[in-house]
Amino acid sequence: MAASNFTFRVWRGDKSGGNFVEYAVESEEGMVVLDCIHKIQATDAGDLAVRWNCKAGKCGSCSAEINGKPRLMCMTRMSTFEPGATITVTPLKTFPILRDLVTDVSFNYEKAKQVPGFKPGKKEADGTYRMQQEDIDRVQEFHKCIECFLCQTVCHVIRDHEDNKEAFAGPRLFVRYASLEMHPLDTNDRVALLKEKQGLGLCNITKCCTEVCPEHIKITDNAIIPLKERVVSQYYDPVAWLLRKVRGKKTEAAE
Amino acid sequence: MDKYETHEHDVIVVGAGGAGLRAAIEASAKGAKTALICKSLLGKAHTVMAEGGIAAALGNVYPEDGWKVHFRDTMRGGKMLNNWRMAQLHAQEAPARVLELEEWGALFDRTKDGRILQRDFGGHRYARLAHVGDRTGLEMIRTLQQHAVHKGIDVFMEFNVQRLVKDGDKIAGAFGYYRETGKFALFKAKAVVLASGGVGKSWKFTSNSWECTGDGIALAANAGADLQDLEFIQFHPTGMVWPPSVRGLLVTEGVRGDGGTLRNKSGKRMMFDYIPEFFKSETADTEEEADRWYDDKKANRRTPDLLPRDEVARAINSEVKAGRGSPHGGVFLDIASRRTPEFIKRRLPSMYHQFKELADVDITTEPMEVGPTCHYAMGGIRNEADSTATKVPGLFVAGEVAAGMHGANRLGGNSLSDLVVFGRRAGLYAAEYAATVKTQPTVDAGELEELAKDLLGPLDGDGDESPYTIHHDLQESMQANVGIVRREDELKVALDDLQKFKARLKKVKVDGNRHFNPGWHLALDLRSMLIVSEACAMAALERKESRGGHTREDFPKTDPHFAKVNIVLQRVGDELQRREEPLPVMPDELKPLFEEK
Ligand code: SF4
Ligand code: SF4
Ligand code: FES
Repeated sequence: MAASNFTFRVWRGDKSGGNFVEYAVESEEGMVVLDCIHKIQATDAGDLAVRWNCKAGKCGSCSAEINGKPRLMCMTRMSTFEPGATITVTPLKTFPILRDLVTDVSFNYEKAKQVPGFKPGKKEADGTYRMQQEDIDRVQEFHKCIECFLCQTVCHVIRDHEDNKEAFAGPRLFVRYASLEMHPLDTNDRVALLKEKQGLGLCNITKCCTEVCPEHIKITDNAIIPLKERVVSQYYDPVAWLLRKVRGKKTEAAE
Repeated sequence: MDKYETHEHDVIVVGAGGAGLRAAIEASAKGAKTALICKSLLGKAHTVMAEGGIAAALGNVYPEDGWKVHFRDTMRGGKMLNNWRMAQLHAQEAPARVLELEEWGALFDRTKDGRILQRDFGGHRYARLAHVGDRTGLEMIRTLQQHAVHKGIDVFMEFNVQRLVKDGDKIAGAFGYYRETGKFALFKAKAVVLASGGVGKSWKFTSNSWECTGDGIALAANAGADLQDLEFIQFHPTGMVWPPSVRGLLVTEGVRGDGGTLRNKSGKRMMFDYIPEFFKSETADTEEEADRWYDDKKANRRTPDLLPRDEVARAINSEVKAGRGSPHGGVFLDIASRRTPEFIKRRLPSMYHQFKELADVDITTEPMEVGPTCHYAMGGIRNEADSTATKVPGLFVAGEVAAGMHGANRLGGNSLSDLVVFGRRAGLYAAEYAATVKTQPTVDAGELEELAKDLLGPLDGDGDESPYTIHHDLQESMQANVGIVRREDELKVALDDLQKFKARLKKVKVDGNRHFNPGWHLALDLRSMLIVSEACAMAALERKESRGGHTREDFPKTDPHFAKVNIVLQRVGDELQRREEPLPVMPDELKPLFEEK
């Protein structure tokens, strides 16, 4: 792709309000949206607020909505747009605006604090742990999460219903719960907490979160649905419930 | 001055990569009231970029591995300029730190019998790197972050520390501003741990993120600590220089190992012009022989494309300086014309996908543009091996910002282990020190008043310099003059330029207000970058030899005098002063490790 011209419509403002500002950007070969935003900063708007760190899709800082779709700006190539196109960049809708493209994502950090931590069982005699690769493949998939919060912003449970935020942890956190629940060494039990306080039941498996995940984590199929199954078996299957009891799994109180 | 928040802690940790998180966890576990302050959101630090793994002599794959072998490899890699005690502690404690990560929930790839798998890496005698595919850094930072959450540590995100404040000669805390609001805050503390990472943003081609502006080094220098070994910067010979979306991304040596060749702008395979005397007997001198080598390594000599890193980097540097480089200041790395697309995709799948996805570059059909890329600073703040204490009472350091552990060059995999070994030690000793300080140190309010005014300068001033332009010019100058191959005249040009940049920075003016303003942030970060750049150029000028990550075209050999000293810099008034300090002497019982082959 040779150099082409684009019009960027970037939302500028803060919690008291704002508006779209248009910038003409000449995009050179191989540029991504974040490069164009940096170009705007260096030439037209030195104070344009944006988060980014790695510029390689690994840190999950540069999330924004590009033409209405939640995406990583550093992983959105300009060559995917028609030359001359107008590209609209807005901050993540689900989180309160701080300034320009930067939002207040503290919701996610607060929810993370509520996750009961990892609690490993006993070590082997030699003081180490043993785990088979096939038993951790699934959990390693969950550990790929870069905390971009794109799944959180796209999930209609909180995107369209601000008041659900209190009672709903969101797909990113469900991935985190699943990673702990399926960790071969973990002895905590978070199932009651998930059902009663973290709103697992509010998810109606639309899979929008899975579609948007830049790490291609199968959030719905591999994390949420198995967690829902655990809730079902723990709450409604007395045999499973009893088995868990005698296996000594401690039920974390829903605090 | 507007009112500012004041917080009080025993220990504050600046930086929340692997080292900072581990330090905060330890300090807090020792009962210190601890704050963790980071420039980005928690979990975004540059540690997430580390791919290879974490080096620790667990002996899971090779039982004959042990700390002594790891220690020896590290010292050799560092060209014996490492602080031997740091290298020893690191090798001894890394296995426990890795097992601890596992105990906190990290999931490393496994061996067949269910233990932590370890992989080979350059310079390590045995397969030693615990890893998780190619995202080991992410696993480490996430594990530490999630472990830290439940430890009662106060976390302050998106906060830039601008000065370490002192009470007499002792640390009294830190002062800075919130990126979001631009509001100031004072963190009173008995001890400070600096774990603020690297310096790469002074160079045009770097694998480092925007955060790596050397803040910790500048903060420590301004507080009176010594800097050490700043001439040793690790450059990777083949980082991408173009297109912009992948600039700084490192291209593994594997590409050349699988048939990729370096070409200059006229398409010539340039490495044949750069075979040093020393490697002549083992290196092919015709293209035909080099190409046969890939299939028959016995009957043919090795292609010069695989000469050691510094030779390759020197060659690229020379071609670019002679005007024979690629359009964007590198050379071409061509595998497309030499191997079939199927072969390339099979041998280099993640490279192929990464370039395709990030930049729409198809490495099976077009050459890459590569050049020397700044990757890691071996040097940093001078500190004591066991405790990580600096010469400023109450100031401790860990991670890339600290000097000594890696000597003149760092082995792959030794940085992640460095973070947790010395992160823990810094947190531990900072907490112990804080416990001995009976009353909270006091801070001079007048000093803060003045500092606050100074920090607002770029917003209030009537200058006309853009921080973005100064940064651009700084990066050009450092890349050209304090790059991978140095010479006296160029280093002097850089030092001259730096004086000019300092003057220009005084006239910097940024748009907008204090509210999340990247232009203002850059103007302030530039202060750190200028100090670090100057320290690096000065140290490089002083070390008249070539060793590890420091290559002098005018002094191409190692020099026995410089084998025994560190170059140390100290800030006196407005200037950096330079001196030599003798290396700590290794005890006799460790010396035999270096005698056998
Ligand atoms: S599948 Fe559930 S969590 Fe995911 S977007 Fe839909 S409702 Fe939200
Ligand atoms: S699960 Fe995927 S989309 Fe959600 S935060 Fe993690 S990486 Fe982002
Ligand atoms: S900047 Fe790190 S994911 Fe985009």
